[in-house]
Amino acid sequence: MRMSRIVRTAADILYPAILIFGLYIVAHGHLTPGGGFQGGAVIATGGALVIVAYNYKEVTGWLKKNVLTGQEVTGLVGFIGVGLLALAFGQGFFFNYLVGSGSIFGIPVPYGINAGELNTAGTVPLMNFAVGIEVWGGLTVVILYMLSGLEKEGC
Amino acid sequence: MKKMLVMGVSLFIIAAFFGVMALNLTFGSPTMTDMDDYFLRHGQEQTGSNNECTAVVFDFRGFDTLGESTVLFCGIIGVALMFRKMQGGEEYEDE
Repeated sequence: MRMSRIVRTAADILYPAILIFGLYIVAHGHLTPGGGFQGGAVIATGGALVIVAYNYKEVTGWLKKNVLTGQEVTGLVGFIGVGLLALAFGQGFFFNYLVGSGSIFGIPVPYGINAGELNTAGTVPLMNFAVGIEVWGGLTVVILYMLSGLEKEGC
Repeated sequence: MKKMLVMGVSLFIIAAFFGVMALNLTFGSPTMTDMDDYFLRHGQEQTGSNNECTAVVFDFRGFDTLGESTVLFCGIIGVALMFRKMQGGEEYEDE
């Protein structure tokens, strides 16, 4: 069952906005409230909106379960990989080897109250992105699986 | 009737136990503050993260987040397995 044209148009317009907002929450996890888990959950709500507004079969045409499961696995493996990469720098597991190094995400942060610079915090944003991708794929695939029961009822 | 009486008495005892404990709590003045003070004073310079919460979750307590995402992964695998089984033998692979 597709919802009315109004709902579908609203979902079309809102979906990119939800996507951008969720990615913003993920990317600014080390500066503002939020982080990987929260941003991924926000993006998953966008997926739920599209699934509800459109037919289940129409949505699975471009919201593929294989891709989402791959995202989930990529996120978890990336998270562990970022942690393991610290061993290559001669540090312990999950050591923040990028902070203050001057490379990516490595600008030294001023102590105290400051406006916030996106390019700081070392491995924290990388882990945020990994967890965000994982939660995005995972929660969307859970919603897809749970709503797949609707298909049998002729919806 | 007797059962109800026993139940009521034990409920009252449990409620009194937790009530006394809750009334004896002191909010706003924890007894052990060394760890919190360390995080608050050194979190920003050591992790470079303005958000102290993220600094703790993703840096100081990275193992905790690793376990959290692993639990999420396992939960999603469980949901996928369960809903695949529901289709009654038919493979529910996505064309």
